[in-house]
Amino acid sequence: MTKLDAKIPEGPLAEKWSKYKASMNLVNPANKKKLDIILVGTGLAGSAAAASLGELGYNVKVFCFQDTPRRAHSVAAQGGINAAKNYKNDGDSTYRLFYDMIKGGDYRAREANVYRAAEVSNETIDQLTAQGVPFARDYGGTLDNRSFGGVQVSRTFYAKGQTGQQCLLGAYSGLCRQINKGTVKMYSRREMLDLVLVDGKARGIIARNLVTGEIERHSAHAVILATGGYGTVYYLSTLAVNSNGSAAWAAYKKGAFWGNPSFIQIHPSSVPVLNDYQSKLTLMSESLRNDGRVWVPKKKGDKRPANDIPEEERDYYLERRYPAYGNLVPRDVGSRAAKERCDAGYGVGDTGLSVNLDFKDAIAKQGEKAIENKYGNLFEMYEKITGINPYKEPMRIYPAGHYTMGGLWVDYNLMTTIPGLFAIGEANFSDHGANRLGASSLMQCSGDGYFIIPNTITNYLADQIRIPRFDTNTEDFEKAEKAAKERIDKLLSVNGKQTVKSFHKRLGLILWDYCGMARNEEGLKKGMKLIDELEKEFWNDVKVPGIADELNQELEKAVRVADFFEIGKLMIIDALNRNESCGAHFREESQTEGGEAKRNDEKYSYVAAWEYKGSDQKPELHKEDLKYKYVEVKVRDYK
Amino acid sequence: MNIKLKIWRQENPKAKGKFMDYSLEDVSPEMSFLEMLDALNTKLIINGDNPVAYEHDCREGICGCCSLYINGHPHGKGERTTTCELHMRSFTDGETIVVEPWRAKAFPVIKDLIVDRNAFDKIMAAGGFISVNTGSAQDSNAILVNKEHADEAFDSASCIGCGACVAACKNASAMLFVSAKISQFALLEQGKIEGMQRVQKMVSKMDELGFGNCTNTYACEAECPKGIKVTNIARMNRQFIAAKVGSQKQD
Repeated sequence: MTKLDAKIPEGPLAEKWSKYKASMNLVNPANKKKLDIILVGTGLAGSAAAASLGELGYNVKVFCFQDTPRRAHSVAAQGGINAAKNYKNDGDSTYRLFYDMIKGGDYRAREANVYRAAEVSNETIDQLTAQGVPFARDYGGTLDNRSFGGVQVSRTFYAKGQTGQQCLLGAYSGLCRQINKGTVKMYSRREMLDLVLVDGKARGIIARNLVTGEIERHSAHAVILATGGYGTVYYLSTLAVNSNGSAAWAAYKKGAFWGNPSFIQIHPSSVPVLNDYQSKLTLMSESLRNDGRVWVPKKKGDKRPANDIPEEERDYYLERRYPAYGNLVPRDVGSRAAKERCDAGYGVGDTGLSVNLDFKDAIAKQGEKAIENKYGNLFEMYEKITGINPYKEPMRIYPAGHYTMGGLWVDYNLMTTIPGLFAIGEANFSDHGANRLGASSLMQCSGDGYFIIPNTITNYLADQIRIPRFDTNTEDFEKAEKAAKERIDKLLSVNGKQTVKSFHKRLGLILWDYCGMARNEEGLKKGMKLIDELEKEFWNDVKVPGIADELNQELEKAVRVADFFEIGKLMIIDALNRNESCGAHFREESQTEGGEAKRNDEKYSYVAAWEYKGSDQKPELHKEDLKYKYVEVKVRDYK
Repeated sequence: MNIKLKIWRQENPKAKGKFMDYSLEDVSPEMSFLEMLDALNTKLIINGDNPVAYEHDCREGICGCCSLYINGHPHGKGERTTTCELHMRSFTDGETIVVEPWRAKAFPVIKDLIVDRNAFDKIMAAGGFISVNTGSAQDSNAILVNKEHADEAFDSASCIGCGACVAACKNASAMLFVSAKISQFALLEQGKIEGMQRVQKMVSKMDELGFGNCTNTYACEAECPKGIKVTNIARMNRQFIAAKVGSQKQD
């Protein structure tokens, strides 16, 4: 077994990052423009990194599959972004934010990385504000905050229910500025198909031009993946329908280890599945639980309209089970509690697979106007989808696949196990352990992009200044391009009878049932068998119309779904290996009498990093042991 | 319900496009418009035909991808609605629905219902930013912004860059898009410093890219899925004139 080296700097936790920066290698300004960096993905992490690296003077080539960088899925993050500013004077600090994240992640994240994420959070808010992000303000002109789940301070900055959009537009404007200056060249409508290694180092990518179908070769001194998560593996999720795991998966198959693949957050509050042709689950922000109260009827199968059920016949089960945190318990806890009530027969709605999120009390106390000010656009969104007015009736919500804590394994430099390949934002596994706290995704993405990667990639590139630009006319590029083309031709040549979407949907259901909110050994093994069968069926009977050399959206989907089969299987392998419950990963075999997740620190206090060993081989497990020096490892308790 | 569709089909930017007729049975009123198109595409694929190409991503009204001109309205007739938020309950059984791409010189058709909106990125690159390098920001609360201005800046900033304003305008003007960005920065203290240069650069880029002029029909505001107001255009015009005459006065 290879020993994983996380390259954590020596010294006290609070001094690691400043010491790193003080002693890292530098590249002088004149040399930076001789160095090429490829960056794939333009969400908050990618756009922030592209802008910052361009400002430093590197020659940056940026790729995204959308028509413009501004549409990346960070745009959909609603509730907010955390920072340890302590503007509320409520006892917040860098340490407190770090502690909340470690505990929230159920003691499965690396201390040094999490502390650094908390440390750069304040600079990040300053940077976004300076770029013109219109965060909510108080009457005196200062920034306002609200609370999110799993914490007892108000540290979340927000722009109504569109914080992600506003943060991304801030970073995108910085990216546009660098495009104008010529330091960044933008390649939109491109999908990365493969990573190219030269002498074991990441030196380029193979991309498909989604308009012409042309397969392109691009080279660089280093490659950064900011390609987001793989939650669409469930088909129905809160993610944009084109979000996918293919770029990161290509890197995995070229030797980058994948960390904790089964750690996927199921968000407790999404608009529930309403019908069979639904293509998407829309998130209803966690911030709503600042004022909304979650309940189900006390009586099993009570089909009365919510407003007809009197107060004493309602079970506010989160407040009942978790009095200390109430409706603001972390997401994994909230999701499981909803599932428990629905499985027991207390769910509401036609399917019985939803719970009420009620604003009656908040509206009575604060007035409709105040509620509209805070959540107006979310209420409007809910009404558009369901036709129900949440000012008058409770929202109905149910958990949905949302965020992948798992992802490419990275060290303290955010570098993967392939030298020169970095992963930032949701694409890496780094900061959230087994469960992510609300509003810490935008925080991590912007921290990685603005403040961490510009330093760590410089440290890496410092000894490369004498290496000239890479020619793409070499055997390594040739081989990778050929393999990408062959795979596309294979998909087009199946010419079966079933659509790509129908396969994706079936795959999603298998994973939701057997590797979703609750998992057990028998189910996981069954899920694995079902995916194997479905994958075979896919390669024998999928119908991908059209040709390779044109804009072909079905082909794009087919490439992504082909990868999702493989990703799904790795999720199951990881979930089977980890015979404990922690955070979002709930193994039914490992729970307390009260039905809470039961960790097994003795056996599983490690990051599971998986190495690809070939298409017909089981991947190899590498363990990064987690050591906690600065927090006491406890049972996670929100009661 | 059963519906009939007249959809613009165009193989590539250079090909000549035309309307094609389709019919679709068993459409549920609860389907979103895009889910209805998904169903049509499934039918086309199974029958060995090429599916209709259209742009979509988040399917919750925030990414700005979807861009269909439905029965003569960008994003259909609903108020403050993107195509992905439009549901089939807004249509009637047996209705014929006409679906076209955005039509504007600056937004050439790429395929079927997909257009190239890269011109918006070019306008943004010309000046749609505040020049602040990473690392040089001061503490957020050192920049005080009047709450009313901050809220108004947010309203302007909520533009999703879909281009419905251009598609709605008989002159294919991009004034609503450009002025929303100008306004957002003009209302914030941190954006005022380079306001004069910004308005000139963005407006001249807009003109250069082939967008038309504003003749005050307000069709853009009426069709904007995010309710961006034409008062933004008035603010931009004031700034532009002020910049042109060299005055330092800003609002």
